[in-house]
Amino acid sequence: MNFVIPDFTPAVPEMVLLALASFILIADTFWSERYKYATYYATQASLVIVGLLILFSFTSETAVTFNESFVRDAFADVLKLFIILVSIGVFLFSKEYLQNHDFYKGEFFTLGLFAILGMFVMVSAYNFITLFVGLEIMSLAMYAMIAMQRDSAKATEAAMKYFVLGALATGLLLYGLSMIYGATGTLTIPEVKAVIEAGKANSTVLAFGVVFIVIGLGFKLGAVPFHMWVPDVYDGAPTAVTLFIAAAPKIAAFAIVYRLLVDGMPGLVVDWQQLLIIMAILSMVIGTVIALAQTNFKRLLAYSGIAHIGFLLLGFIAATPEGYSAAMFYVLVYAITSVAAFGMILALGRKGMEFDQIKDFAGLNKRNPWLAAMMLIIMFSMAGVPPFIGFYAKLVVLEEVIAAGFTWLAIIGVVTAIAGAFYYLRVIKVMYFDAPEQDTPLPASTRELSVGVSVYSLSLLVLGIMPAWLMAVAYNSLLM
Amino acid sequence: MVALSDYLIFSAILFTLSMAGIFLNRKNVIILLMSIELMLLAVNTNLVAFSYFLNDISGQIFVFFILTVAAAEAAIGLAIIVLVFRNRKSINVDDLGSLKG
Repeated sequence: MNFVIPDFTPAVPEMVLLALASFILIADTFWSERYKYATYYATQASLVIVGLLILFSFTSETAVTFNESFVRDAFADVLKLFIILVSIGVFLFSKEYLQNHDFYKGEFFTLGLFAILGMFVMVSAYNFITLFVGLEIMSLAMYAMIAMQRDSAKATEAAMKYFVLGALATGLLLYGLSMIYGATGTLTIPEVKAVIEAGKANSTVLAFGVVFIVIGLGFKLGAVPFHMWVPDVYDGAPTAVTLFIAAAPKIAAFAIVYRLLVDGMPGLVVDWQQLLIIMAILSMVIGTVIALAQTNFKRLLAYSGIAHIGFLLLGFIAATPEGYSAAMFYVLVYAITSVAAFGMILALGRKGMEFDQIKDFAGLNKRNPWLAAMMLIIMFSMAGVPPFIGFYAKLVVLEEVIAAGFTWLAIIGVVTAIAGAFYYLRVIKVMYFDAPEQDTPLPASTRELSVGVSVYSLSLLVLGIMPAWLMAVAYNSLLM
Repeated sequence: MVALSDYLIFSAILFTLSMAGIFLNRKNVIILLMSIELMLLAVNTNLVAFSYFLNDISGQIFVFFILTVAAAEAAIGLAIIVLVFRNRKSINVDDLGSLKG
């Protein structure tokens, strides 16, 4: 056996991010005494550096390295850039909240950076081991982030639930992966594909493995019937952390679903398609119906997120390259929208006033007309009203699922989308027509937050007027 | 000679036991942690058995990664249990029900 030094260039963004995160972890112990915001700015700077690094070395060629365990292609690059874009917003919105709730600590930012590193590894995984390690880097950092508010009984309980169900999901996923390994004799995703397509693998073992993998992925995505943790964790975790786990990890989860099911097992499409159909219908229906009954805004967003995951799965069910790019477009739009929505809670909240009940929004138009208008955009976009971007996201997914011959599924999707519009419109009604409890003006807690939320919300409108650009990004990165 | 199917049945039994441990257990959160470990060990048995019978080393390497990550996971899990106990003075699963809706 001779050792060949692998080509490191495709993994440079990950290595730079790891180096910067480790540096900030150590530097924070010195900084935190003297300069309060040094860690925050260093975190944002590292994200910008890594983002520029990816942007300037962007190629549409596929580079595989480390014995076929790591891949860098246009798909990975685009998703990584969006993970960075979303995370910059997350940290921007979190700073003030952490400070108001007396747990502003450097750990939040370093754990966040490590979670982002895990997402990068997941997005670029070309081997079951890489995929598993990336998933765990992300999950372990997120368990710790939820439990960071140590004196809150709610947050620690949410962390416990997330931990147990997350570990269960990993176990199920691994059991499925071990079955696929047994049937194909390899852990590398393209080789798995080749062996399955050559028909050399035992189909019973494969089917068994696919079932466990889809269940594991369902847990990670938060699709019904594996969704029990989503509302509890969203509600229990501090809002800044909820914002973090609601946005970028969905992009990473989309990436591993794509890598495993589409890159690795296109030969088993009949098996996983049926499972996904069941999960998609249940997610859309149950997510929408239960959201109707919510009074807590964070739980409302959690259930609406479950319904959105149902729509995302429709793209996979279409099982065509266009369908997958529609799903990718959907997840990118969803991530941006949820940053804007949770950012709004953070912008309006104060110490002792979480602003996480729907009734807190009563009469917001009188108290802060500008942010009420921004909230209007977010809610319309989530409901899928044109000309906002959420409309195009739903449209392309439904189009692809009809093109694949599942018209009945598209009808269920449209019906749930219309039913779902009810609870988004209810928030708007509360904001514009209900009498506020207090008439005092309610400015955003800082100017920074107000500008940040406005940028993310207005981008939903701008992208909605010109959706071609983002759609082209999603299509080209998969179809090239 | 122990056949491959024997190992697979053994790991399936371990896996089922751990699932039962997670879903039927109403008493103690530590039992949940033990069940999670058991589940990962079932996966490891599977991988090592396949690796041996396929004459392919990569499955065993995967096991090393799973074992290492499981150790880190147990550390975080226990840390969270300590926090829960500090806040509630109890680690009964039944007491973890304040988030509902």
